Amino acid sequence: MTNSIIHIFLAIVMPPLLLGVIGKTKAAFAGRVGAPFVQPYYDIIRLLQKGTVFSTTTSWVFRAGPIVALATAAVAALLIPFGAHPSPISFDGDMILYAYLFALGRFFTMAAALDTGSSFEGMGSAREATYSCLAEPTLFFALITLSRLSGSYSLSGMLVNISIGVWMHTSAALLLLVGGMFVVLLAENCRIPFDDPNTHLELTMIHEVMVLDHSGPAFAIIQYAAALKLFVLGAFFVHLALPYSTGNPLLDWGLFIISMLELAVVIGAVESVMARLRLIRIPQLLVAATILAAFSTLLVIR
Amino acid sequence: MHSFLQGAFDPALVALSAALVIGCAGIPGLFLRKPGPGQIISTTAIILAALAGVPAALQLLFSHTATTYTLEWGLPFGSCELVIDPLSAFFLLPVFLVTAAGSLFAVGYWPAAGHRTTEPGLTFFYGLLASSMAILLMARNGVFFVMVWEVMALSAYFLLVTEHEREDVRRAGIVYLIATHTGTAALFVYFSLLAAQTGSFVLPVAGSLSALSPFAPVIALAAFVGFGAKAGIMPLHTWLPSAHANAPSHVSAVMSGVMLKMGLYGIFRTLTFFHDPPLLWGGVLTVCGISSALLGIIFAVAQRDLKRLLACSSIENIGIITTGLGVALLGVSSHNSVLMYLGMAGALLHILNHSFFKPLLFLGSGAIIHAAGTREMNLMGGLGKGMPRVGFLFLVGSVAICGIPPLNGFVSEFLLYLGFFSQLKTNSLIYLLFLAPLLALVGGLAMVAFTKLYGSVFLGTPRSPAAAYPHEAGMTMLAPMALFALLCLLVGLAPQLALRLVSPAIAAFFPQSAMAAVSAEYGAIMDKLSLAGVLLLTAAALAALLWRWRLGQARVTAAPTWGCGYQRGTARMQYGGTAFSELAVSVFDGIMRQRVERPTLTGLFPGKTRCSDTPTETLLERIIVPMFSLAGIIFGFLHRLQHGLMHIYMLYIFVTLFILMLWAN
Repeated sequence: MTNSIIHIFLAIVMPPLLLGVIGKTKAAFAGRVGAPFVQPYYDIIRLLQKGTVFSTTTSWVFRAGPIVALATAAVAALLIPFGAHPSPISFDGDMILYAYLFALGRFFTMAAALDTGSSFEGMGSAREATYSCLAEPTLFFALITLSRLSGSYSLSGMLVNISIGVWMHTSAALLLLVGGMFVVLLAENCRIPFDDPNTHLELTMIHEVMVLDHSGPAFAIIQYAAALKLFVLGAFFVHLALPYSTGNPLLDWGLFIISMLELAVVIGAVESVMARLRLIRIPQLLVAATILAAFSTLLVIR
Repeated sequence: MHSFLQGAFDPALVALSAALVIGCAGIPGLFLRKPGPGQIISTTAIILAALAGVPAALQLLFSHTATTYTLEWGLPFGSCELVIDPLSAFFLLPVFLVTAAGSLFAVGYWPAAGHRTTEPGLTFFYGLLASSMAILLMARNGVFFVMVWEVMALSAYFLLVTEHEREDVRRAGIVYLIATHTGTAALFVYFSLLAAQTGSFVLPVAGSLSALSPFAPVIALAAFVGFGAKAGIMPLHTWLPSAHANAPSHVSAVMSGVMLKMGLYGIFRTLTFFHDPPLLWGGVLTVCGISSALLGIIFAVAQRDLKRLLACSSIENIGIITTGLGVALLGVSSHNSVLMYLGMAGALLHILNHSFFKPLLFLGSGAIIHAAGTREMNLMGGLGKGMPRVGFLFLVGSVAICGIPPLNGFVSEFLLYLGFFSQLKTNSLIYLLFLAPLLALVGGLAMVAFTKLYGSVFLGTPRSPAAAYPHEAGMTMLAPMALFALLCLLVGLAPQLALRLVSPAIAAFFPQSAMAAVSAEYGAIMDKLSLAGVLLLTAAALAALLWRWRLGQARVTAAPTWGCGYQRGTARMQYGGTAFSELAVSVFDGIMRQRVERPTLTGLFPGKTRCSDTPTETLLERIIVPMFSLAGIIFGFLHRLQHGLMHIYMLYIFVTLFILMLWAN
């Protein structure tokens, strides 16, 4: 019970901090001081207090977009285990629900973007639709590999199972998986090199362009839901890449928080040293990630 | 209600009479001078028959027994048996439901007053189609089966060519007719071989034939071609998109929601005859299924015609069902009861689900076409504001068909995924695992197709003057759609009930297996899934409340969409359907191609010109069409036999029969 409460508390409070850490890392690379770590919290609170402008072309679908995006990310956060602790809700096959929840959020985000009738937002959702459907198989290959390694059909079972010992046995497969899933993590969360969350008006972006017309509280919800999605997918990735556990419940929570912050630093570092890819390169990289994950599956089922 | 019915009526008799009433419902309309009453009589009769038929079918489904009637027909093909067992009863459910909903929709969509010449025929053949499908499910004599099958195929043809003054409709009709008769020819082979095996035209009882006999593969292949052509399994799908797109929308709903399932029923039924099917059968079904799913949805993504897109997505869904069936068959061959159960449950539940959301979408497309006056998605836009109710119901259908929680499409795909993953522990058919990422890709592409459809039809601003003033559909059109939307939500939120609904049909399929333990295990998972669905809705409600509260605290203003500084944006500058899917189509360039005809521009101020794009299937263009043209040239000499003189045709039949009888003696 205590663990469930800590789980929910972390899922509610911590996501914007990751954005803060990423921002700080990028600033450090650029030789700036950067905004404080808690800047994303300030941004969200300020947006919540602002007024809203609705486009006259929009209908209720536009209003439903942010709500569904937040709800799906929140339910997904309940399915994923944080660190060594199993998730509050866990059942056989929950990994499929986890994958499809993001699809639901994406459906409504894209519909909301198309509802504005803006060519920019249509462009963004067309890209999002294509890239996300190319990223989907990678996640499923990863789930198969993990399920095979652990013999479990639930996210908690398959992710908590990974330890240094498992790494020793199947380092090749897990290494391939880490590569593939890192690409998916960056693509799904619209980070560089796929997308740039900081630009707002360029023709090369995906997610940010879809939410151009959202303002005020709706935009706050979108920002928060995006941070939560990064947090949830990041928690998945951290299990693969940093599978440490001590056995002490409290220490494990601390370890999980540190691992997430490390992940944020790594993402910040990648964003600082890489440029955004050309759009036509993105599908190639996504398919390459799928093949990496498929290799790892082949290695464990042979 | 069930016990009351049991006391009063025999449910099998109720189902049979309901089928006959539906078949006769259109007859009064043929003789009434005044337009209108005929349609009302027919609709009332069909709805009443369905209201009796659905509970009867449910009761038959849960009774776990088969009711047999024997018809003495005096023809030399053995006794004509009508049997309703749980498998037939399961397939009867969509027949009654979709037919009734479609006939109510027709009152608003194809009113007799506006279509004086076509309405009586349409109503008559509509009833005949539904009735023949219901009786087909009961038929257990091969010859009778083929007769009913032909009634079904031909009434579908007459429904399809309702608007025969249009050239594309006539063309679609011809293609359909050729395809369906190719299938029927295969069925002749199939039933003759079956009769040769068993000695009578009465269909064999479950598990009575050996799959190892030399004839068995030929029988199975004939069944696959004959029934697969009706179901639209790749590579026998080529007739499907144009046929479903050109029929009136409520007919498309029945054709796609129910008639395709008759082909699947044939395959299901055939497989029950054999014990110990080889692994190859399941393998072939699985490969054909997953390629139908993948290619079908790629075709759908590229379409610009609203109804063609829906028709292509039917190929996808039939593919998913066939994959489930193939996986279940692999489970039977490898004596793996978990795989068998999950594949079968997924396939059957997807049959039911597809007969909820596909009719919902096709009926919705009828309402859209009424409002916008076109099927071209690139000319629509912004219809959601004029017709919010249709918009909402259509959104439910779109989310359901993408297989997204918390609606019904997710439940059946979830069962299939569990089936694929279950192979991880057994090690026997481990390569089935690769179906999981493929199915995920299919799901992702379905989302491209349906966000494209929904976005370009209902969202944004109107792209043509015709779509600018839509009107909300009437109650008779909205009520059937609302029923289907409710069913989608119900199955999504209470999947354990849906699983209980398909269980008797699975048991009918493989009575030998110990299903109780497996079904209890997955029933418990379904409970969790239902909990997750409720949780999701609660989370959405909480988020909505939070937002409403914040909205109330500050100023809300309305302004035009931000054009990034550009002031003179027009509706044509929006992302249209073709533009939306262009990127996704380009990834699958070899399979589907967007053929663009660009004008050559000359001079500094070029005049007005045209640019057009057509989605083309590479397989169809490169292989199937040339093959048919070649066949046309080779068999050109047969044209001489074809002169349109009816009495000579009848003479052909007589002479053929005579020669055959001489040969037989």
